[in-house]
Amino acid sequence: MGDPFSLIANWLLDLLVGFGLELEFTKVLLKFLGAGLMGTVAMLLMLFTIWLERKIVARIQDRLGPNRVGPYGIFQTVADLLKLLTKEVLVPSGADRFVFIIAPMLVVMSVVGLWAVVPFAPTLFGTDVNVGVLYLVSIGSIGTLGIMMAGLSSNNKFALLGAFRTVAMMLSYAVPMILALLVPTMLAGSMGLVDIVEAQSSMWFVVLAPVTTLIFFISSIAEVGRAPFDLLEADSEIVAGFHIEYSGLSFGMFFVAEFLHAFTISALTATLFFGGWQGPGAEAYPILGFIYFLIKTGLVYFVVIWFRGTFPRIRIDQLNTLNWKLLVPLGLAAVVFTAVIDKWAAEQDLSRVLMHLAGNALLVVLTLFALRAYARSARKKEEAIRSELMKPSHVSGAGD
Amino acid sequence: MTGLQIVFIAVGVITFAAAVMVVVSRNLVHAALWLILALAGVAVLFVILEAGFLAIVQVAVYIDAIAILIIVTVMLTRHAMRDDEPQLNKTWIWSALAAILLFGGLLFLFNQVPDLVAQAAPLVETDDTYLEILGKSLVDVDRFVIPFEVASVLLLAAMIGAIVVARPPSSSSQEGGQE
Repeated sequence: MGDPFSLIANWLLDLLVGFGLELEFTKVLLKFLGAGLMGTVAMLLMLFTIWLERKIVARIQDRLGPNRVGPYGIFQTVADLLKLLTKEVLVPSGADRFVFIIAPMLVVMSVVGLWAVVPFAPTLFGTDVNVGVLYLVSIGSIGTLGIMMAGLSSNNKFALLGAFRTVAMMLSYAVPMILALLVPTMLAGSMGLVDIVEAQSSMWFVVLAPVTTLIFFISSIAEVGRAPFDLLEADSEIVAGFHIEYSGLSFGMFFVAEFLHAFTISALTATLFFGGWQGPGAEAYPILGFIYFLIKTGLVYFVVIWFRGTFPRIRIDQLNTLNWKLLVPLGLAAVVFTAVIDKWAAEQDLSRVLMHLAGNALLVVLTLFALRAYARSARKKEEAIRSELMKPSHVSGAGD
Repeated sequence: MTGLQIVFIAVGVITFAAAVMVVVSRNLVHAALWLILALAGVAVLFVILEAGFLAIVQVAVYIDAIAILIIVTVMLTRHAMRDDEPQLNKTWIWSALAAILLFGGLLFLFNQVPDLVAQAAPLVETDDTYLEILGKSLVDVDRFVIPFEVASVLLLAAMIGAIVVARPPSSSSQEGGQE
């Protein structure tokens, strides 16, 4: 009773083989069916999470949020999607028609493709690729390609500028994300996500590597393009960036892809650092594992929404400074520290956890010292500018 | 006709068609996009050969980095965006001859291989350990550590060169009160 996923899968297999189809063909057919089902469920989940996000952000901003369409406004997303479906898809004159239509599909494809390797429960996962972490990186970057194509094909200089900025930001923030992904790989000894979740049965990786969790979380939010990193699509910045010319369902695809990506990175953070489906009794009853996974993902998604409602938007030069001067060196240092400590403390018990925690604390202390030195030098530069000892250089970011 | 053969023929036809379109299409941006399709076809071929790691590295390196680099380079070169120039130049017959010679040479070489069959050869090691063997051989003193280190030095030199080339001119002349 605790394992409905295997029950349903086996029942379907027996049913189709009983109809007279051969076994191999049935397995392939069931894989296709599972993939279609997962994509559909991910899309339908958006109807709920978009409403949830709008309500939570509204409450943070001391207002009600959607409350007209249905009880508590839960059908608001349905109304929005119906509106987007019925709007005309305008292809601007002079635009590259084929690339214009294909680009949002690539972006959605890259996000839905991430769900193929996430283990929801001990027996429910798309596929156990033994290079799951690398798969996340490569498929996630196909979205960057789609955005480039969207900006290119719009025959609009502002869309092109927006697309360049977006691609620059996404490629920049992919670097600390990949560095942060090295740490669970080292701690679990394998790149496959199923192995990483199973290696967290004794201790979640957030306890062993809290600094890396933060680096991965922040760089993933920047990869998605959510607030506070949403200068790519905000109306006051280059008029909505690469999707200026998109309307109707094409815009709807970008919209859904962004929210689905935010939910996906919550699921990935929960899988890689918070133990995925691990919890009391999850090994014996996989349905409990699925519930734990949903709870953890929901909590991380709540923090993502909380970030959105709390922080102001950051500027492009602050964004670059944050990435290249803070996150990348911190990520490299975290990888080095984790590698050294993991080799040093080879036994698998409390002393290993304490040594990792000590290493991370040392990393935090060193980072605070470095930040203090940087803030001091920035403040000195600003005072020198104010008292006109130095002309303001063309390089901003000195604390104004 | 096993399923593997059907998939191989389909992917091979798609890759070949995309590769032809790369050369033939007039618009350079379209050519870059067809190149992405050809590279994705090669990644699927890696999967058919049971080299999943190489397939994903192919996607990560070629499609996510090199293809975007090509597209950005094409965009920044204004002359490259014009598609009203003739497709062929004066020396097309010599390049056609070179291509036919290369094709003939490759065909001859492949016919020399005695056990060229229509099936993927089984890997010597199991799927779980070949990644570990790859990782260990990259740092093993008897195997590939020297090419690995030389490649990293080359990448470092490229990075330093890029930073030096892209740096704004030093602003020491502006602080003398001239502005």
